[in-house]
Amino acid sequence: MPAIEAIQIRKCFGSFCAVENLSFSVDHGEMFGLLGPNGAGKSTLIRVLTTLIPPTSGTARINGFDVVKAADKVRRSIGVIPQAMTSDLDLSAAENMHIFAKLYGVPREQRERAVGRLLEAVDLGQWADKPVKNFSGGMRRRLEIARGLVHEPKIFFLDEPTTGLDPASRVSVWEMLTKLKKEHDLTILLTTHYMDEADRLCDRIAIVDHGKLVALDSPLKLKASIPGNNILEVSFSRLPDGWMETLKQLPDVQDVKADDHVFRIGSNNGPRTTSELIETARRAQVEITSLSVQSTTLDDVFMHYTGRQLRDALQEALKFDPSFMYKRQ
Amino acid sequence: MQRILALIERDVRKFMRSPTLILVSMFFPIVQLVVLGYAFGGKIKNLQVGIVDQDHGIETVKLREMFGAIAANAQTFETVLYTDEKVALADLRDGRISAVLNIPPNFSRNVMEQAAPQVALIEDNTDNFAVAALEGAFTELLGSFNLRGTNPRVPAQATLQVVEVYPYVPYIQYLLPGSIVLAIFISAMIGGGIIFIDDKARGLHEGYLVTPISKLELILGFTLSGALKAFLAGVVLTTLGSIIAGIQHPLDPARLLKLLLVIGVSALALISMMFLLMVRVNDPLVPRATFGVLNTLLFFPSGAVYPINGFPKWMKVISTVDPFTFAVHAFKELILKNAGIGAIAFDLAYLSLFAVVMMTMATLLFKRSL
Repeated sequence: MPAIEAIQIRKCFGSFCAVENLSFSVDHGEMFGLLGPNGAGKSTLIRVLTTLIPPTSGTARINGFDVVKAADKVRRSIGVIPQAMTSDLDLSAAENMHIFAKLYGVPREQRERAVGRLLEAVDLGQWADKPVKNFSGGMRRRLEIARGLVHEPKIFFLDEPTTGLDPASRVSVWEMLTKLKKEHDLTILLTTHYMDEADRLCDRIAIVDHGKLVALDSPLKLKASIPGNNILEVSFSRLPDGWMETLKQLPDVQDVKADDHVFRIGSNNGPRTTSELIETARRAQVEITSLSVQSTTLDDVFMHYTGRQLRDALQEALKFDPSFMYKRQ
Repeated sequence: MQRILALIERDVRKFMRSPTLILVSMFFPIVQLVVLGYAFGGKIKNLQVGIVDQDHGIETVKLREMFGAIAANAQTFETVLYTDEKVALADLRDGRISAVLNIPPNFSRNVMEQAAPQVALIEDNTDNFAVAALEGAFTELLGSFNLRGTNPRVPAQATLQVVEVYPYVPYIQYLLPGSIVLAIFISAMIGGGIIFIDDKARGLHEGYLVTPISKLELILGFTLSGALKAFLAGVVLTTLGSIIAGIQHPLDPARLLKLLLVIGVSALALISMMFLLMVRVNDPLVPRATFGVLNTLLFFPSGAVYPINGFPKWMKVISTVDPFTFAVHAFKELILKNAGIGAIAFDLAYLSLFAVVMMTMATLLFKRSL
């Protein structure tokens, strides 16, 4: 029995469908990532899985319990860290933990032990009695991770756990999650729009765009699934006739895509293709205005499956009407 | 039960750490009590009244002597003599005086001949309170003028003897029950309205909704914690307000127990109403925007500042269902009359029923999802 099982989940708000017939399963002990830009439907999906909103159709089972028919059993099985920082700023770290332990019905003795142990585990032991309003963003996120584990769940949901954190805090949260997953034998599902986060943390990644699942596999296999081991990003001063065909004829080239005068060339041998490209351009009297060669990233995977880069998709999402986004949540 | 207590614990801890919030919820009702209590509570004095004497007869002299006596003692008005009626009327229009008493020629002769003597009071009727005070003083004064020298040993006319059941109630004491209910309401508005919606908008409720807490536990937790804060505000206002307003024996244990009961039931009723109003609201601006309207709509029709008998019919309808009305009535009975439980039984029953109905409706409308 998988820890998390989503079967044809669809969630619509009026005529707009945020999630469309999405299916996947997550095995026990797995760290599973939902990668996609803002507005892709990740948060909606995690809210369906954590019983916060009912699906329009389809179903999901968490720890074997149906999210609609056995919502209470699902809630007892999971820990959830919402996207917004939801700790009470006026209360201390320990008080926040205790309140949630009581909401989960944790017995007093177990509560005392769990709060102390978890605060130590997220390096907040010495801050236990300090008000949360004095915490940095990273500290607050670590507190919330500890809070989500106060009732010792085996399945943990995190909605964009490092959004808004500085690079050092992000790394700190990643290390914390990796450690806690190992110590508590957790199954983790997290959403993120950071490729490096998904790449570094997740055993498997589901790429989601416009509410649809576009690819699902381990980061390595996803990267291997697209043509070429290297990606050349190149732009030229001018584009002679048939230039795209010329580029495709270069040695070891697997795939060429043009995106607003920037050509992305997938190659099985980056150095060889690069030297041939420079020579071909010189012969054709075309000046290379920019050139970069890199290994395949998840952004390339996202580009391959969606036709646009993840960073562009993030910018597009920013243009959404904020009130519309609010209603959807 | 542990979950309900957790929500209450969280709210109480936050409340005790926000002294500003506590002060704000108590400060406004106390300021209102003191300012309104003294602004409306005093007798009107020193109104400037112009007298135009066109008679100069013996009876006019007597009448003016009586004016002088009132001006010196009750001080309701002060007289200013005019020789020219036009100048007096010009001063009246310019607001320098509040009224002109015109004593026409032949007034004394008409008095002697009992030929319907009249004096005219030309008044600035834009100020109803000043006009009422002046008319009252002048009617009384002319009544005394008419009775001069005719008082028999046994009066032939029926007279009214007034016996007051309770000690004199200054307006500030009359206002105190309304101020206590207002403090409870403001606390309910802050706790059950503003903080509730702010927490929801900040995502705090999302954190609660993923726990196994039931819908009923959530509602009871929110309601009871709000009611507890409103109860504390009510207790503080009752104690402080009683001292400020000069209520006799404010800490009499028997009365205090009944007061605590009324404070508790009023707090529950008002927080339940607030919870019902806010149960589907997500926008933090809504409770702030409705605060003033709700305050006016509930406070003034309740009889807190003016007797309900003086209201138009449509306003009496509001008074009939307004929980403020029943809370204010109960507090008046206890604070001003030190009445027994029988006098407040109906108020308690209405407020309890009101709380149950509001809670039930709020529970039906409450969504245990986002």
